[in-house]
Amino acid sequence: MRTNELQAIYIMWLRQMKRFLRFKTRLATMVIQPLFFFLLLGSGFRQAVMPGLEGGYIDFLAPGIVAMAILFSSMFTGVSVLWDKQFGFLQEVLVAPVSRFSIIIGRTIGGATTALIQGFIILFIAIILGIKISSGAGLILTIVFMLLLSFTAVGFGLIIASKMNDFQSFSLIMNLIIMPLLFLSSAFFPVTQDKTLQTIAYFNPLFYMIDGLRGSLIGKSNVFPPLIDLIVVCIICIIMLTLGSYLFSKSEV
Amino acid sequence: MEKKTLDIIITYGLTKKFGDLTAVNNLSFNVKKGEIFGFLGPNGAGKTTTIKMLTTLLNPTSGTATIAGFDIIKQRDEVRKNIGVVFQEPALDVELTGKENLEYHARMYGLSRDKRKKRINDVLELVNLWDKRDVLVKNYSGGMKRRLEIARGLMHYPVVLFLDEPTLGLDAQTRRAIWAYIKKMNKEEGTTIFLTTHYMEEAEYLCNRVGIIDYGKLLVIDDISNLKNSVGKDVITLSCTDADRFVKILENEKWVEKIKRHEGLVTFGVEKGDEKIPEIIEIARKQDIKIKSISVRKPTLDDVFLSYTGRTIRDEEGQVSSKGRLSLRFRGGR
Repeated sequence: MRTNELQAIYIMWLRQMKRFLRFKTRLATMVIQPLFFFLLLGSGFRQAVMPGLEGGYIDFLAPGIVAMAILFSSMFTGVSVLWDKQFGFLQEVLVAPVSRFSIIIGRTIGGATTALIQGFIILFIAIILGIKISSGAGLILTIVFMLLLSFTAVGFGLIIASKMNDFQSFSLIMNLIIMPLLFLSSAFFPVTQDKTLQTIAYFNPLFYMIDGLRGSLIGKSNVFPPLIDLIVVCIICIIMLTLGSYLFSKSEV
Repeated sequence: MEKKTLDIIITYGLTKKFGDLTAVNNLSFNVKKGEIFGFLGPNGAGKTTTIKMLTTLLNPTSGTATIAGFDIIKQRDEVRKNIGVVFQEPALDVELTGKENLEYHARMYGLSRDKRKKRINDVLELVNLWDKRDVLVKNYSGGMKRRLEIARGLMHYPVVLFLDEPTLGLDAQTRRAIWAYIKKMNKEEGTTIFLTTHYMEEAEYLCNRVGIIDYGKLLVIDDISNLKNSVGKDVITLSCTDADRFVKILENEKWVEKIKRHEGLVTFGVEKGDEKIPEIIEIARKQDIKIKSISVRKPTLDDVFLSYTGRTIRDEEGQVSSKGRLSLRFRGGR
């Protein structure tokens, strides 16, 4: 029984890897988009002086862009359930003798793997471009944050996919919820320069993820110590995954 | 663990409501082990909803069913292990190859490595897709996709295979081929087959027994031969002037069975139809009714359907009834 579930998780993971690696254009766009942000914003604001900014802007921006790549990729994984629903494949998954829990685990691990690959590509490029990493331990903590961010975003994607039936609503959510949240998360500019901005940021789950990522990766310009961020992020992650799993398990085809 | 019973599917007052609409209304029937059972009805009659409940994808509003002795609500995992399903709409990952789709399925159903390899080869051979195993499914034709799905449904040796409109939208040649596969696997693997269709000739060719469902209700369930006999030994169809009066006259003759008017035609069952034709013409002549055409033939499932529902199934095709649209909507719903 237990090996059955593991096999199921493995094959779901494998399916996502195959789809991910097979379609080079999709892979390319998902890496190129954050890279554009990184290079264009990075060169445009290179000389900028902002309150709350310690060290160079490139250093500040790198964790934000890594987070953005992971966020988009993971959300896409969660929402790709919608895709499966539309193409009927979800029925094949749901009618199999595999618990809903394993189905969610399979998808989450698959999504996290693809997101981390993209995150690492960005990180690698950032290091080549000369950002300064705080320490080895910091790098490990960075990976932990990347994982948690990815799980949370898959969970959020699952929530959307369970509640919606078409892709129009997905792009609506991307543009009206995710983009503002991303801008108000200190991914691209420090929020400490303005009292209102900062207050809003405290209610933004993404803020803790990016602040934590920044604190652990470059060890500068972060608002909270990374460990505090870590606790908050863990709680958010558990809530999102639980809610996503619950709604998904309730969904009927 | 498996209960020894001849009835592999038993439903007890199975009902599904979507808001005000009762899609499936109090179904109680049995399907015997090893048979090909057909669920016959027009679009939107509740066939797909019934299959979705039996395959644990939808929860019944009330009532329940057992498959191979397992309850579809309380023992979902056991039910799922024992069934294979081919859905009405394709349920393949088109970005994987045919073989990868089967591998996915095999692992989801926990087949061991050796079994997996052998079984994938077997079913691919069975549906003649071995040559195309490494082609991405998005490059398959409609018939190939269907065959792949049937192969997939069979992989884990299901006790019951559900086929929801297996040949919908396929050309005549592919349809014939798929019928042959269905017969073959029923014979060679002993799989019980539950299929839904609104093609009468499909049910007639494949099934031992059929149930006719309309507006969510089961109207009749029996062997095809019994159903045909119930209509009469022969079926006479005629068109004439003053049809209303003629129907009334014929109704009084005791050798006329199940007379129906439909689209200007009068249809009824008789014994020894050839010999009755002169008699019918004689009656008409006496009453000064002119018969324009008359024919006699053996009853078909169409006649059975007409006699139980008061219309032919072709009336339903083409026009999407509001019920049909509803079932489509719920397909993509939660």
